Amino acid sequence: MIPLSWYLILSAALFSVGLFGVLARKNAIAILLGVELMLNAVNINLVAFWRYGDVSLMAGQVFAIIVFAVAAAEVAVGLALVISVYRRRNTVIADEIDLLKW
Amino acid sequence: MTTETLIWLIPLPPILAFFLIVLFTNKNKAFSHTVAIGAALLSFLGSMYLFFWRILPAPELGKEPFASAINWIPTGDTWLKIGVLVDPLSAVVLFFVAITVLMIFIYSVGYHNYGQPAGDHDHAGLPPHGATVEENGHKHVVLSIEPMYSRFFAFISLFAFGMLTLVLSDNLLTLFVGWEIMGLCSYLLIGFWYAKPSARDAAVKAFMTTRIGDVFMLLGIAFLYSATGTLSYREIFTANTLHVLATVPTPVFGLSAAGLIGLLLFIGTVGKSAQWPLHVWLPDAMEGPTPVSAMIHAATMVSAGVYMVIRIFPLLSLDPHTMVVVAFIGSFTALFAATIAVAQNDIKRVLAYSTISQLGFMIAALGTGAYVAAVFHLVTHAFFKALLFLGSGSVIHGMEQGVLHTGNHEVDAQDMFNMGGLSKKMPITFWTFLIGGFALSGFPVLTAGFWSKDEIFAEAFGTGHLAVFITLAFAAFLTAFYTMRQITLTFLGEPRTKEAEHAQETPWTMTLPLVVLAIFAVGYGWVGIPEHFPGLGGLIPNWFHEFVGSTLAVMPEAVPFSFVPLATSLFVALGGLFFGWLAYRNVQNTAQDKLQIPVLKNKWYFDELYEVVFIKPAIWFSEVFVSLWMDKGAIDGFLHLFGKVAISTGSAIRNYFDVPVINQFFGDGSAHVTQWVAKSLRPIQSGRIQQYMLVSLVVILALAGLLFYLLRLA
Repeated sequence: MIPLSWYLILSAALFSVGLFGVLARKNAIAILLGVELMLNAVNINLVAFWRYGDVSLMAGQVFAIIVFAVAAAEVAVGLALVISVYRRRNTVIADEIDLLKW
Repeated sequence: MTTETLIWLIPLPPILAFFLIVLFTNKNKAFSHTVAIGAALLSFLGSMYLFFWRILPAPELGKEPFASAINWIPTGDTWLKIGVLVDPLSAVVLFFVAITVLMIFIYSVGYHNYGQPAGDHDHAGLPPHGATVEENGHKHVVLSIEPMYSRFFAFISLFAFGMLTLVLSDNLLTLFVGWEIMGLCSYLLIGFWYAKPSARDAAVKAFMTTRIGDVFMLLGIAFLYSATGTLSYREIFTANTLHVLATVPTPVFGLSAAGLIGLLLFIGTVGKSAQWPLHVWLPDAMEGPTPVSAMIHAATMVSAGVYMVIRIFPLLSLDPHTMVVVAFIGSFTALFAATIAVAQNDIKRVLAYSTISQLGFMIAALGTGAYVAAVFHLVTHAFFKALLFLGSGSVIHGMEQGVLHTGNHEVDAQDMFNMGGLSKKMPITFWTFLIGGFALSGFPVLTAGFWSKDEIFAEAFGTGHLAVFITLAFAAFLTAFYTMRQITLTFLGEPRTKEAEHAQETPWTMTLPLVVLAIFAVGYGWVGIPEHFPGLGGLIPNWFHEFVGSTLAVMPEAVPFSFVPLATSLFVALGGLFFGWLAYRNVQNTAQDKLQIPVLKNKWYFDELYEVVFIKPAIWFSEVFVSLWMDKGAIDGFLHLFGKVAISTGSAIRNYFDVPVINQFFGDGSAHVTQWVAKSLRPIQSGRIQQYMLVSLVVILALAGLLFYLLRLA
């Protein structure tokens, strides 16, 4: 059986890729994609800890499913916002959407 | 009803009348005078019943007087009592007070022109000026009713209450209460026509002057209370208490307690009875309406002073020094006031000085130990002086009618030189005034004044007080002289002005009291004819001496008869009357009056002297010393200093602490810091989402590193 640490390394790599995407990409949609990656990295962690812990406790799996649902909703809202921003300002570049500053 | 209950009730009707008039009937003049006279009548009837049916039949009134007392004010473990006492002294005083008060009340109705129309221009606070009436097609001016008619009756009712309380009181405290009520009424009534500045000044002067005496009297009462623990006459005038008072020394002039208390109380009398040197208020008090002059300044209030000093005679006579002072003040005042009266032209002022002089006679008599003579003269004087004052009021009233007739208001209705020949116009007034004047002069045998004055002379001579005797003889001569001067100038000869020609007799309400008082001015003397008097002595028993003398513990001996005082008395009375007539029968104006000497005319300059010695310094003291120096200088100076210190402290704190430390350092400083911090941190909020996330990442990493480091340490 593959040891737990492999899963954790995979999850951390995936989280870092996502984080890099969020911080480095200009496109708001790409940032959302990065967020998705980070969420899924968390899901891998949750499921892995469940499998290697007490299997009779379902909390890890349930949390993973809740994260899916939240992620789906978040993406829907996020994309809607992006489209709305694009309609008004004709851009999806995150750096250019900086109205909320001092 | 027991006698004591009756005595309690006697003073009450007038005070009830006072409140009734003030509260309810003051709008209605007829009701008001009915209430007042009704009350006076009730008191009068009560007094007469008391006198004739209870006092005279009482066998040993001097030893067992009617007395009753109740507790009034608690003073620790004892009580100040309020009580009534009728012994022979208060009985005779009550007798004349009740009669004169009732007569004066009745007289006031006529004097204030009841029944006459309201005046054309009269207003409250001024004497009435007359009203125009139309009769048979032509107009003429008649007397008009006093605007404050009801107020007058309210005041004199209160006054009557004060006097009756004083007379019936059995202790010095309630006597003092009555005394002060009369002082207040005197002030109110002298200032009755308060719109006249002279009346206002006179009221204030009377009040202030008598106040001086009252303060000393109160001191005397307080001293007496602290020395004996009681103020009741009957408890003080016991042999034991008197002996203690006579032997206890005081630090003042080496007097005994009795002497000092006697002197202090006597100063009260000096103020109230207008003796020198506190005599100045009484002549000015003539500004009041004439019934007031009669009541306050002849019959009752000034008599109260003498009554009080007679009351405390057992105490007073303990110390010979006090008696000398009393005799000196009395005889000096008698002569001094008589000299002034000679040169006065105002009919009422002559009587005012005459009153001062006669009160001096009584005081002098008391100073020589002539207790009964003093009481006798007090009573007879009250009758004939009330008669004279009311008579003078009647004359003035008649003259005012003359003034209204001619319309010449320049003519002073009180100046005797404007009169003359009034005996034909005003016969009743003339005859009663003549009787009063003769009684005042001591016209032999017939009049009451002769008997009382003769008794004073006899006592002064018989007890060896020759200086007093001679002084009083001079005073009596002057008395007869100025009385005849007054009668001659007023009633005899021919009218000197048109006003006097048109003078009219006054209504019956004014003449009736004159007649009644005239009867007493003659008849009252007969109750006190000395037993050894040649011819008449013994025909009528000397009731007065026996009766009043029994008030004292030891009945005073009647002095042996001597022809010297009798001859003196006859000579001064008849001589004074004769010279008075001789000197003034042809005098037409003031220029022919030889006695208009400035020093007499100006009353020995006592008013001016007091002005310089007391009033000016008092005004200086209040205006300059108290107001300017003490108040505005010292006290205000202190206050201003406090203010300045507070203000400078405040501004120092503000300038050196509040502004720099609180405002600038803490207030502005913290604001600057906040601002600087905000400015410095502001660029962080760039609005760029990725920058925020980067910062968050860095912070989280830093925190995680810190946490990791700390956990490692643990």
